[in-house]
Amino acid sequence: MPGSANPGFDTLAVHAGAAPDPATGARAVPIHLTTSFVFESSEHAASLFNMERSGHVYSRISNPTNAVLEERVAALEGGSGAIATASGQAALHLAIATIAGAGSHVVASSALYGGSHNLLAYTLPRFGIETTFVRPGDLDGWRAAIRPETKLVFGETLGNPGLDVLDVATVAEIAHEHHLPLLVDSTFTTPWLLRPFEHGADLLYHSATKFLSGHGTVIGGVLVDSGNFDWDRANAASGRFLELTAPYEGFHGMVFSEESTVGAFLLRARREGLRDFGASMNPLAAWLVLQGLETLPLRMARHVETTRKVVAFLAGHAMVDRVAYPELETHPDHALAKRLLPRGCGAVFSFDLKGSREHGRAFIEALTIFSHLANVGDCRSLVIHPASTTHFRMDDAALARAGIGPATVRLSIGLEDADDLIDDLKRALKAAAALR
Amino acid sequence: MKLAVRSAGDVRDAYAYTGGKAFDARLPCVVLLHGALHDHSSWTLAARWFAHHGHAVLAPDLPGHGRSDGAPLASVEALADWLLALLDAAGVATAALAGHSMGSLVALETAARAPARADRLVLVGTAFPMKVSPALLEAARDDAHAAIDSVLAYSHATLAAKPSYPGPGTWLHGSDRALMRRTHDGQRNTNLFLTDFQVCDRYAGAIAAAARVTCPATVVVGARDQMTFASQAVELADALGARTVTLPCGHALMSEAPDQVLAALREAIVVR
Repeated sequence: MPGSANPGFDTLAVHAGAAPDPATGARAVPIHLTTSFVFESSEHAASLFNMERSGHVYSRISNPTNAVLEERVAALEGGSGAIATASGQAALHLAIATIAGAGSHVVASSALYGGSHNLLAYTLPRFGIETTFVRPGDLDGWRAAIRPETKLVFGETLGNPGLDVLDVATVAEIAHEHHLPLLVDSTFTTPWLLRPFEHGADLLYHSATKFLSGHGTVIGGVLVDSGNFDWDRANAASGRFLELTAPYEGFHGMVFSEESTVGAFLLRARREGLRDFGASMNPLAAWLVLQGLETLPLRMARHVETTRKVVAFLAGHAMVDRVAYPELETHPDHALAKRLLPRGCGAVFSFDLKGSREHGRAFIEALTIFSHLANVGDCRSLVIHPASTTHFRMDDAALARAGIGPATVRLSIGLEDADDLIDDLKRALKAAAALR
Repeated sequence: MKLAVRSAGDVRDAYAYTGGKAFDARLPCVVLLHGALHDHSSWTLAARWFAHHGHAVLAPDLPGHGRSDGAPLASVEALADWLLALLDAAGVATAALAGHSMGSLVALETAARAPARADRLVLVGTAFPMKVSPALLEAARDDAHAAIDSVLAYSHATLAAKPSYPGPGTWLHGSDRALMRRTHDGQRNTNLFLTDFQVCDRYAGAIAAAARVTCPATVVVGARDQMTFASQAVELADALGARTVTLPCGHALMSEAPDQVLAALREAIVVR
């Protein structure tokens, strides 16, 4: 597709990384359900293992279907490449494990998905990796938390649960002042709403389970490298990145930053991380995510349009105390959101019902279109009441510290008719009000 | 490896990738030269193959590019002199010289200036004249990153080159953009985009140089190349008496068609 201009987002969403299959002429991306790939000769095999040639050997390391997904997400994000992983959590783990080890330190936003918080707060310390959590808007806090052994700065573009907007450019600047890369979880925003590399982030990942696929049928993740972080320069300044700038005995003494000036991170992540940790994506899952990606621009536009209508309805309802959506002037990050997210603030948000946990339960149980489950980013609208599910062990004081009220409800707005969703919410609000 | 290269009365450190093996000047040497705004990493797959198949490999970063010190050089002739000095520093008497785009002109001029030091010549993605649009040069004065995006659009012939480079999962447009931006931004006091593209644009000596080349030559072109059209390499190939290999790709030959480029290099270089 040569031309005088680079292809636009919608074109990339359909075509990047994929061409008609040369063997069969198949126009759609084939599902390469094979563990391994036949070598042409012993010499060919040796050259693949020694990185003298590019190609596929074993599907834990790479697979043609996964490669299409990896290239496509990288294209949509404006990145240099990507790695598809078994889940979003696997993508986060792969990002950290590629550059950090025992004795390393991470500075992370305190407004994180619970699974990410668990990994950083409880699990990685067992492996010697400590994390300091900082409120995403506390810019001095980010700076102060950085230590000599810090390897990574990490936040979510839209944080849990209050949709704190990460000031990507400013946090990236702080990270770069200290020769550190910024990793962001872009799951809630997708590249259609925000392309963090354009604001200075160096690495990002998605839970592809959510909006990238959009159909709620698949678990997966994608880790993307901008190719912009200069590991050699950072290591020269701080000595922190020998994993990418010194010979690695585990792979022929390779110095990844010499091997690929802009692809060093992904080379190690694939050649070590996928090889040894093995959290690779199943090719069928990659294909399913690709089906969703083809319509990402259309879906995201609709998600945002419907979310705005639902937010407007809830913000004006007598039973609703507060709606946490950054497009509302009442949201603390409204100004930042206007600047960073002009296309919208996504389709996941929380609101506080007036009342107690019982009101929250009554509301949830009265809904008929919204599905009560623990996921977001589906074409179906979803709802969860944290105080009676994900956070049920917490008392009201502990909930408050986590930014959650007893009757806080999280919605993920799907692709149904906005009027039907609003009718469903009206019924449920009436049911909750009847408890008074 | 680092080499101290004496060029224009100055000694500067130059970096050369050696294919993942220690450089051994006793082995037949292959030199791989990158193009404008690129560095040695354009050539790593081929470099590794040659280094692990009985060759000594030098894939240098040209002055002012990547890991090599010094200001970028402003002419093909100056780069050829620098390359000869690099060969001296590495203890290489004779080498197969291969180059991509701007690097192809440097390889050609070097083989012409010192015919005894080139035993094979491979010009990849070459053309003569290698003229650059005045509008692109003008655009690069104002916004080199935007000019890089234009170059990207013309350099890549597909959105799905397989098996990708240096391995699966690499988005070639994005990795190429990141590399060109980083290489350009590495020069604080010089507009490297302008320097490199003017090096290509101003070189007028290709046909005369071809007449002085004594070694066998091969020209490798991309059938869908929109930067250096295959048709623009014909006169030069004829002047060299070169064998021409046409590959189904654009100007980013090594990344869009890595196996075919390696095959062409092997055929041109290994049997000697």
